[in-house]
Amino acid sequence: MKKRLLAAALAATMVAASVTGCAQSGDAGSQGSGDAAGGDTVKIGGLAPLTGNVSVYGIATNNGIKLAVDEINKAGGVLGKKIEYVPYDEKGDAIEAVNAYNKLVQDDKVVALIGDVTSKPTIAVAQKAVKDGLPMITATGTAADITKAGDNVFRACFIDTYQGELMAAYAARKLNAKTAAIIYDNGDEYSTGVANAFEEAAKSEVITITNKEAYQSGAMDFKTQLTKIKASNPDVVMIPVYYSDVALIAVQAKDIGLKAKLLGADGWDGVLEKIDKSNQDAVKDCYFCSQYSAESTDPKLQDFLKKYKETYKADPTLFAVLGYDAMGMMAAAINKAGSTDSDKIISALKALEYKGLTGNTTFDENRNPVREAVITTITDGKYKFVENFKK
Amino acid sequence: MLGISKKKWISYLVNLAIVFLLYFGISTLIAQRVINSYYSDIINMMLINIILAVSLNLVTGLLGQLVLGHAGFMLVGAYSAALFTLNVKLPFTVSFPIALIIGGLAAALSGFIIGVPALRLRGDYLAIITLGFGEIIRVIANNLTITNGAKGLYGMESLNTRHNLTGMFTYIFFIAVFVIFLNFTFGTSRHGRAVIAIREDEIAAEAAGIHTTYYKLLAFVLAAFIAGVAGGLYAHQIGLIDPSKFDFNRSTEILVMVVLGGMGSITGSILSAGVLTILPEALRGFSNYRMLLYSVVLICVMLFRPTGLLGRSEFSLTGAFEKIRGAVGGNKKNAAKKEG
Amino acid sequence: MEFLSQVINGLGIGSIYALVALGYSMVYGIVQLINFAHGDIIMVGAYTVFVILVMMNLPLWLAVLGSILFCGVAGVLIERVAYRRLLVHAAPRISLLITAIGVSIFLQNLYQLLFGSDPKSMPKMFVFAPLQFGGVQLTSSTIINISVSVVMMAGLQLMVNKMKIGKAMRATSEDAGAAKLMGINTNTTIAFTFGIGSALAAVGAVLYCNTYPQIKPAMGGLLGLKAFVAAVLGGIGSIPGAMLGGYLLGVAESLTNAYISSNLTDAVVFGILIIVLLVKPTGLLGKNTREKV
Repeated sequence: MKKRLLAAALAATMVAASVTGCAQSGDAGSQGSGDAAGGDTVKIGGLAPLTGNVSVYGIATNNGIKLAVDEINKAGGVLGKKIEYVPYDEKGDAIEAVNAYNKLVQDDKVVALIGDVTSKPTIAVAQKAVKDGLPMITATGTAADITKAGDNVFRACFIDTYQGELMAAYAARKLNAKTAAIIYDNGDEYSTGVANAFEEAAKSEVITITNKEAYQSGAMDFKTQLTKIKASNPDVVMIPVYYSDVALIAVQAKDIGLKAKLLGADGWDGVLEKIDKSNQDAVKDCYFCSQYSAESTDPKLQDFLKKYKETYKADPTLFAVLGYDAMGMMAAAINKAGSTDSDKIISALKALEYKGLTGNTTFDENRNPVREAVITTITDGKYKFVENFKK
Repeated sequence: MLGISKKKWISYLVNLAIVFLLYFGISTLIAQRVINSYYSDIINMMLINIILAVSLNLVTGLLGQLVLGHAGFMLVGAYSAALFTLNVKLPFTVSFPIALIIGGLAAALSGFIIGVPALRLRGDYLAIITLGFGEIIRVIANNLTITNGAKGLYGMESLNTRHNLTGMFTYIFFIAVFVIFLNFTFGTSRHGRAVIAIREDEIAAEAAGIHTTYYKLLAFVLAAFIAGVAGGLYAHQIGLIDPSKFDFNRSTEILVMVVLGGMGSITGSILSAGVLTILPEALRGFSNYRMLLYSVVLICVMLFRPTGLLGRSEFSLTGAFEKIRGAVGGNKKNAAKKEG
Repeated sequence: MEFLSQVINGLGIGSIYALVALGYSMVYGIVQLINFAHGDIIMVGAYTVFVILVMMNLPLWLAVLGSILFCGVAGVLIERVAYRRLLVHAAPRISLLITAIGVSIFLQNLYQLLFGSDPKSMPKMFVFAPLQFGGVQLTSSTIINISVSVVMMAGLQLMVNKMKIGKAMRATSEDAGAAKLMGINTNTTIAFTFGIGSALAAVGAVLYCNTYPQIKPAMGGLLGLKAFVAAVLGGIGSIPGAMLGGYLLGVAESLTNAYISSNLTDAVVFGILIIVLLVKPTGLLGKNTREKV
């Protein structure tokens, strides 16, 4: 507590100092840029929501990245120099993200960027990064449009549409589903993206969509939508939302007696930690696609999961894993390029073959990753690896 | 022009000179890259927030009515302007100013549609009904295909290029100056005095022959128009808009700027909009505590200066100059303190 | 049959809106303040339940009681620290409103700092097997929500009408100056109103946790806004009105989701609000007050 008070007091004095500083010169920070050009480290910027409503994703991603940086630096860094990782908080807000991006490029002179975490700020930042030609990898921005911004923008995660199509194929071919319902968050881009792709792909897989129910971001009552779905009795219910909403929806589905199998996308990773043990039977018959499996025997992955738990006293999530891989890819590309020149890094990324925690990854012509998805289910309150699946 | 005294002329000229000095000063610094894009983007956002706060001040300060849906007008302006520049095949330098006017007009139209029924109510009820309309606008934008739903619109160009770093700044700066000027003159015009009379006592104003509905609607629609233009600027400054950025919280943010600076004080709105834009950036290093600190400051200002930082008074250079001169004449020690 | 189920679903969530709306309504009735921080009191209540029940592993009844007490005290404290000075000096109403917004931001960020923005999961609390009536299923949470909210409203109505403090509350809201002259300590009365309102929000929080087993620092925002709409709908200042508003809002939401479009729920909710305000600005059960000249 004392530490907090001290920090608060410090913050107060700093505010006063910096505000008066700004008012006097209008340009308080530019003198700081001189030392950034120093050549003994390779500066890589990071953008993530470390505070605010979506900070849970940002913190996990950022933690994953930091572990990757530690490991790379211990192994000698890149180009014989240490990586200096400069993360900024953007509160999940596009304006703040762009401000922070400008600061990274102008003041900190970073050579590459890992970020952002959620889709909207990432799109905003990608548009700016295209103008600067800065190589960037978003670890977790799933919106299809992010990488369309320009050929310097890469991503480490699956895109929305791919996951929707994948799950539709899985439902039809492996679960023999004939009818399906969808419930999604219509204020969220990821959720609408996956839902629409699933609906579209269901047609070609000969699945009838009985209901497509939306809810508005921040809702906590889904009984109405679920009651409607229950009335049409579909084989599966696709729930392409993030894990905290999944927890609420699944528990209410159980409450009203919905019997269908629940399907989901990679946003489900971490759902068990958000459902109390007394309610965990709500997700017992579910299938979701993910990008890694915690049961995998890959020693590198197991090592990471263990280290993450020790370092941060928290359970690692997909976000952390992807953050780790994104930084790994960038470091590998810089090494391959042999320089910190933007264009060289970008061409190195395009031709990269990277073996990371999520498997073997290459980039397709849209700079999206190509790799197998992992289908996971939950039994007895534990995640269970089902199979690798490729559409 | 005969009615304007010599003193006023001087004050106009002084202010005009300061405006141009400020503009040339800052734009040269930006063009010479002394102020990099991090700072120039913040300056632009600050000016946009100033435009928004000053426009809301028309309704909340002058008319004395609480509005909790200002972000809705900004949304209408932002989307109309963005849709125009995205879909019209004109050079951006031509389509951009047209888009801003379209944004303003669209927002003014929605202000009119909302204002006609809503302005029958007053006080808290008006606040609530504008809140309701603001939320409805947002939900509609979230569901139309033309607005691209939750994804929002992106890919809007900006006037800033590698060779022209001050394009956006020029536009935003002069629009802000114009809006501020407009507000000052409106406040002292016949229309403005009628609006103030309504604020002080609506029934008495009506008895004095002021067409209250007309003037209330006038202030409301004008504020909506300016908010729409600000929305258009915002959309092209950021290059990405989506409905969730124009929610109830955004409306309260603008309201806080107006109230914190002092309701009815234009300079107060400018001051607090400026400070409240810079503050979060200045506090970047203390990300965990900055919102906590912001709320504490907000509560304290309201507790100890309930009418806002400047109350209803305006800060003016000539006024300050007069004060200082008066003080120097009377007591030199006091003057020194004031200046310090 | 499905229609009936949907109405009951709506009543379930409507009960929570109603309990929160009561707090809005009482505070507005007595000091004409739209207390935007009220939604965040629910969050405070929910986290108190979480701390006692999950972190300290104490029995459920203690968690419920603790949460109600803590929120009541917090409500009184907030009134004392943040609003009292403004109320005593008869500051502009808008300053009060901005202060309330400030308190709301403060509470959300404080809890985010203490517990993280990560949602916390709640265990099962009060559960029994769902009841079946024909084809209609009543889940345990719906039954509990509806019955608790009705009991609370009846108790509150009794208190306001029959007890001494209730009379003081009514007198203060009617004319604070005259009430003072009659020997009523208006400050205490106002503080008491905040306390009761917050305690009711805590009850709402307990029901919330029981129905939706997940809590997060920002949970009060939307919930508070909707409860506020409910209070206005029923007639702000009126206790039965707040209840009616809450139920109506819950049912309207549920039926919109079911039969119009789940995309437009919020638009319909606010649309109803606007129509009610335009047709009968004082709400469904509010008293008509004439503007004083």
